[in-house]
Amino acid sequence: MSIIVFSENRSEKIKKSSLEAVAYATNISKNTQQAVVSVSIGNVPNEELEILAKYGASKIISINAPEWQTHDSQAYAKLLNEITEKENASTIIFTNSNIGKAVAPRLSVRLKAALVSGIVSIPSSYSPLTLKRKSYNGGAFQNVQVKSPKAVLTLNPNSCEVVENPQAVNIENYTPNTPTNFQTKIESTDVTSGKIVLTEASIVVSGGRGLKSGDNWKPLEELADALGAGLACSRPVSDEGWRSHEEHVGQTGKIIAPDLYLAVGISGAIQHIGGVSASKVIVAIDRDKDAPIFKYADYGIVGDAFEVLPRLIESVKKFKNI
Amino acid sequence: MKILVCISNVPDTTTKIKFDDGMKSLDTNGVQWVINPWDEFALTRALEIKEQSSGKIEKVSVINVGPVSTEPTIRKALAIGADDAFRIDCEPSDSYTIATQIAEVAKNENYDIIFAGIESSDCNSSAVGSMVAEFMDIASVSSVSSFEFNNSDITLKREIDGGKETVKIQTPFVAIVQKGICINPRIPAMRGIMMARTKPIKVSSPVSTEALSEALSFEVPPPKADCKMIDAENTDELIELLHSEAKVL
Ligand SMILES: Cc1cc2nc3c(=O)[nH]c(=O)nc-3n(C[C@H](O)[C@H](O)[C@H](O)COP(=O)(O)OP(=O)(O)OC[C@H]3O[C@@H](n4cnc5c(N)ncnc54)[C@H](O)[C@@H]3O)c2cc1C
Ligand SMILES: Nc1ncnc2c1ncn2[C@@H]1O[C@H](COP(=O)(O)O)[C@@H](O)[C@H]1O
Repeated sequence: MSIIVFSENRSEKIKKSSLEAVAYATNISKNTQQAVVSVSIGNVPNEELEILAKYGASKIISINAPEWQTHDSQAYAKLLNEITEKENASTIIFTNSNIGKAVAPRLSVRLKAALVSGIVSIPSSYSPLTLKRKSYNGGAFQNVQVKSPKAVLTLNPNSCEVVENPQAVNIENYTPNTPTNFQTKIESTDVTSGKIVLTEASIVVSGGRGLKSGDNWKPLEELADALGAGLACSRPVSDEGWRSHEEHVGQTGKIIAPDLYLAVGISGAIQHIGGVSASKVIVAIDRDKDAPIFKYADYGIVGDAFEVLPRLIESVKKFKNI
Repeated sequence: MKILVCISNVPDTTTKIKFDDGMKSLDTNGVQWVINPWDEFALTRALEIKEQSSGKIEKVSVINVGPVSTEPTIRKALAIGADDAFRIDCEPSDSYTIATQIAEVAKNENYDIIFAGIESSDCNSSAVGSMVAEFMDIASVSSVSSFEFNNSDITLKREIDGGKETVKIQTPFVAIVQKGICINPRIPAMRGIMMARTKPIKVSSPVSTEALSEALSFEVPPPKADCKMIDAENTDELIELLHSEAKVL
């Protein structure tokens, strides 16, 4: 038996969240004596694929044909069904990303395998498989037991540790049997290159209505630059058009889980917190000492953003020697 | 053409989440129930598309898998403008069984476009929409942030990590929607509320299926330690703490 990990890449690099997924699969494999097989679609150089072996994959199935870079979820589910049979897999693991959300449920139906999505920690039992997942927008966790012989899992990014467990490199270049008559036709792709992807960033700097206007974002951008952080905002900020909708985090925006979330001029409404509560550490800067955000924050500064930010940028630069 | 919008009945987003029955079920005392925000967005967009379709889209229906207590939420969807509704009369269990019920209706009633939300704000599974598509063996597009219907020609935008893709698709298919799909969700007006009273809700029994997973219990996150306050003058100290204490720098 084996455990399959669907690994994702961007700009020919394996995503960190996919390494977390391989490490997670390795954890299950050690407790259940199964092999970890990683599947990669796209043009990823072999040296990069080898990283998957470093984190525990004993086999890497690489599908490099350009026609397969489609994101067609129906076709991907068929393809993973094919590989599940080929590798005699019991468990198939995805990241809870756009593509994971699109494909994992379809695969679950094909395999008649329980889907457990949004997993936040290692299994509490391996047989039967019992998992802890996020529910109520982070207001609670749910413990779920798998009842079917097979299982499809999606992991929340940044909630499982990446541990090395080197294996011999074994890359199989694979040509799928699944036909490529896709139902969806991609007309164009619009990639915001160079920007740090929020859902993958380890540090996110975020601004709220407290910054008063879109013209006041300079210090926040400078802080993000100095920290190598992604930039986010609260919903009113994107509704007002101060910042692009891509940056809106919260229950109705992007859900993120960085190591460090730094909120400036954000009051901490429950719908905002729903999208950021999985952050490891939250820092809040707000001029109102009673702002609810301080109930969720680990570190807080009460002060005017326009006075605190320049000082904070200097402190970061000093710390980083820049 | 006909559109079906999946409607999940969820606690209002400001609800304080508590459990009873040995942490097995939500304490529903004082909970306000609403249409899942994404489904409200989807319904609004579906109605807009219908109105712009010069009659090509004949109707927009909604469906909910749930007990009779969900009917106020269904009525609200009718008041917003849905033409009719289905309710599959059972306690929703896992996403697999919910999707089974929805797919059954969508197939039998020949719906061309099915809308679902990217996630329900109670389960957060991001599962039902894609599962419905797989049960029906039709295409699905997830993370849809724009839906244009132009003379039966359909163009969608979907979010991918770090960008967007523009996708063309033919019916039938499932669109799983997220932020961007509509700007302001419609709210029921008096006239809509009056009209909703006479619109049909078709109640049917569930088809038999089995759950593949079992929810054992809930946990609430441990209470957070107090926020450590740092003097506004002392940003160096904050950086030092983030480095040596929190270890995130
Ligand atoms: C169904 C639903 C879904 C929602 N989804 C989201 C979501 O996904 N994301 C989201 O963010 N919101 C969401 N909201 C909106 C949410 O309820 C709040 O309205 C919103 O988060 C408030 O944004 P804010 O904190 O930027 O603004 P405010 O609440 O106005 O807070 C501004 C803060 O800035 C502080 N401030 C002002 N001036 C300064 C200064 N000079 N220096 C420092 N601090 C200053 C103030 O003290 C205040 O705390 C949703 C609401 C609903 C009903
Ligand atoms: N009980 C239900 N009845 C009808 N639709 C549902 C139900 N549960 C979930 N859905 C739909 O599926 C979407 C995703 O929910 P979930 O898979 O639970 O995260 C929701 O936004 C709804 O559109």
